[in-house]
Amino acid sequence: MALDNLFSIAGTALNAQTVRMNATASNLANAGTVAGSEKDAFRAKRANFKTILETQLGPLDKSNLGGVKVSAISDDPAPITRMSDPTNPAADKDGYVYLSNVHEMTEMVEMMAAARSYQNNVEVVNTARQLTLRTLDIIKS
Amino acid sequence: MSFIDSAFAVHEQALALRSQRMEVLSRNIANADTPSFKAQDIDFKRVLRSTQDTALQTTNAKHIAQDPDEPSSGLKYRVPFNTSFDGNTVELPVEQAKFGQSAAEYQTTLSILENRISGMRKALRGD
Repeated sequence: MALDNLFSIAGTALNAQTVRMNATASNLANAGTVAGSEKDAFRAKRANFKTILETQLGPLDKSNLGGVKVSAISDDPAPITRMSDPTNPAADKDGYVYLSNVHEMTEMVEMMAAARSYQNNVEVVNTARQLTLRTLDIIKS
Repeated sequence: MSFIDSAFAVHEQALALRSQRMEVLSRNIANADTPSFKAQDIDFKRVLRSTQDTALQTTNAKHIAQDPDEPSSGLKYRVPFNTSFDGNTVELPVEQAKFGQSAAEYQTTLSILENRISGMRKALRGD
């Protein structure tokens, strides 16, 4: 029955949006971290979304077809800025520390977008639940 | 055609089709943030017609027979009102509206079926 699949499809989206929100929370938590070299500096993490296609399915989870999954967590390519702070114990030999490339505003927007998408899919689950229950009521009529 | 089939008429297939359409729409909503995802929809009228026995008759050798595979799932790609930077064609307000509409349509079909069943019950009980 197709209504059952609504639960699995919305479920995959809830899962993906949770990962996205976790990544945002991690970015915000690390917004102020500094590192001793450009390579070690914290880079904002982004969840990459991908549609679940038929070829990627196992024999059992057919109901997830067309849902969404997180294909990879990638680093934000924004440039790393350095700051002169010779007293910082993490500073390199020239007295520079390397800041993370997290922008708080971007992360807040990202978090709100993820929360809205999450709510949308919760509504899908609610609607599917109501319709399923009403369909079951048909035997009482 | 048995009595039960004729009592439910087209509404039995309609209910299945409406739930299929809701599945397609829920996929669109789930993939609202997926880059280069193309939103789909079902042409309800057309698929429902294809479930009925309305294939064109070929009475002349020169008539072209209707392709039986042509209606298939009836899945079509949606033409977006606005293009987006990442190639995603899901427009969330549109999808939400369609989802709400098809949920209401599902309930309508369900109500019709409920009425038919209660009518049949009444006739069987005879009171």
